[in-house]
Amino acid sequence: MSKKLAALLVALIVYAIASVPAQAGDLDSFEGQRGTIRIAGGTAHIPVMKEAARQIMSRNPDIQISIAGGGSGLGIRQVGEGLVDIGNAGRRPSKNEIAKYNLKLFQWAVDGVCAVVHPDNPVKSLTSEQMRDVFAGKIRNWKELGGSDGKINIYTRDAASGTRKVFWKKGLDKGPITDKANVVASNGAMKSVISTDPMGIGYVSVGHIDQTVAPMALDGVVPSLENVKNGKYTIARGLYSLTRGEPAGLKKIFIDFLFSPTGQRIVADKGFIPVR
Amino acid sequence: MNFARVTERFFSLAAWSAALLTSTILVLFLYLGLPLLENGGLETILSAPWQPEQGLYGIRSMLETTLLLALTSLVISVPVSLGCAFLITTLAPVRLRRILLVITRYMSGIPTVVYGFVALFVLVPMMRTVGDGGSGLSILTVALVLGLLVAPTMIIFFTAAMQRVPAGFLLAADALGASPVQKLLYIIVPQAWPGLLSGILLGLGRALGDTMISLMLAGNAVAEPESILDSARTLTAHIGLVMATDVDSMQFKSIFVCGIVLYVMTTILVLLLRFLDTKKIV
Repeated sequence: MSKKLAALLVALIVYAIASVPAQAGDLDSFEGQRGTIRIAGGTAHIPVMKEAARQIMSRNPDIQISIAGGGSGLGIRQVGEGLVDIGNAGRRPSKNEIAKYNLKLFQWAVDGVCAVVHPDNPVKSLTSEQMRDVFAGKIRNWKELGGSDGKINIYTRDAASGTRKVFWKKGLDKGPITDKANVVASNGAMKSVISTDPMGIGYVSVGHIDQTVAPMALDGVVPSLENVKNGKYTIARGLYSLTRGEPAGLKKIFIDFLFSPTGQRIVADKGFIPVR
Repeated sequence: MNFARVTERFFSLAAWSAALLTSTILVLFLYLGLPLLENGGLETILSAPWQPEQGLYGIRSMLETTLLLALTSLVISVPVSLGCAFLITTLAPVRLRRILLVITRYMSGIPTVVYGFVALFVLVPMMRTVGDGGSGLSILTVALVLGLLVAPTMIIFFTAAMQRVPAGFLLAADALGASPVQKLLYIIVPQAWPGLLSGILLGLGRALGDTMISLMLAGNAVAEPESILDSARTLTAHIGLVMATDVDSMQFKSIFVCGIVLYVMTTILVLLLRFLDTKKIV
């Protein structure tokens, strides 16, 4: 029994060592630092933030990083009011917001936003017009789109969502979203409702797509990283981290880390397009 | 000053500051909601639909949803709670009574998010098969879960009220050959009525104020609900969803009106409870 336990421990240690990134040098700047970084806002950013935080905190236990969601609007506001150190936003803050809070913008990734359906749904491609009609509530049954007979359940995001803003502007050409649409509060929540609703349609950040939800091609263009990168798929936006005023100390080191080769590899691993 | 006087001062200070805090919140809400109230008047806000793109910030559909949801969940939980309380006080064997009471108290301590999460994966897929097979997120879904959530509060209140029914009355009923159901309907319920009503009002208060479960399970559509099978948004969920918007926006300011409405509802409930309390003493 204790031998088994020892073997398990060894395996865990080997795994832990093996999973330390090759370019650990990027984490060197955190050496000797201590303190906390509070992060909140955009929910598309969370996978990257979590992985970055994991690597930093396992290297340096004196640093505490807390990550909260809340949406882009919340991220902008909380960093502006000094409630958090770094605010995340999936859209450019408005000129008014930048001026009012003296925000500094750091765009560390490009992200696509795409419509998603349940993997069992046979409809995997829509034209722009069909997409607008579905979200406006004009097309109500999957049968009209060549799918099985069933009411289309529309899911959208809350008013403060950057993902919503981008999808509405570039995916729906600012067309209306029906007031009968269900509203969920994060990219993660959107993914879990769509993965359990065979008749649902919603939209998420491309970085959140995995085998539990199926991306929907728009006008025949599949929302792959490739197509976002070469500009064929047009519903894309920058992912921003914001600070109030020029960042200093731990905040600056964290943001620099996001732009380092290791940070940018996390960005790519999580399904976003690195900027460097 | 002796010790007793100091203690008295201390407690009256605590009471006054609590009262002051509560009224300050109302004043603050009124102050912050003023721009919206001035803009269209209270009536417009309470009657208009929510269409921020067209500059309409009405909360009628949220208000309707909140009331409809609270009532539906009461319709579900009152009979269940009444039955449980009856079981705990009279019907069940003594050992089972204790177990039931322990379970009830335990249930009242489960965090709401746990109920919501379990319901999302168990109840929601089942609700998709009800009616015209929508998303499974609806007022009824929430009402079922809320019914479960408020039941412990009611059961504990109901049990206490039923236990205060004089034993002589029950013995007399037994002597007359009354069945347990007759005893419940003709002796216990009329006798324990004020206590039962307090329990119902407290349960109603909890159902009105719940945020997490409705946010997770009601679907949050802004359209006015046509039936309890529709996706809809409560006032509390609305506050939760709009809170993250720009502070200067009218959307954000509408939160304060929602807050005032909830505040008023709670006040009415508390006043009703106070009224019942004084009646009981008389």
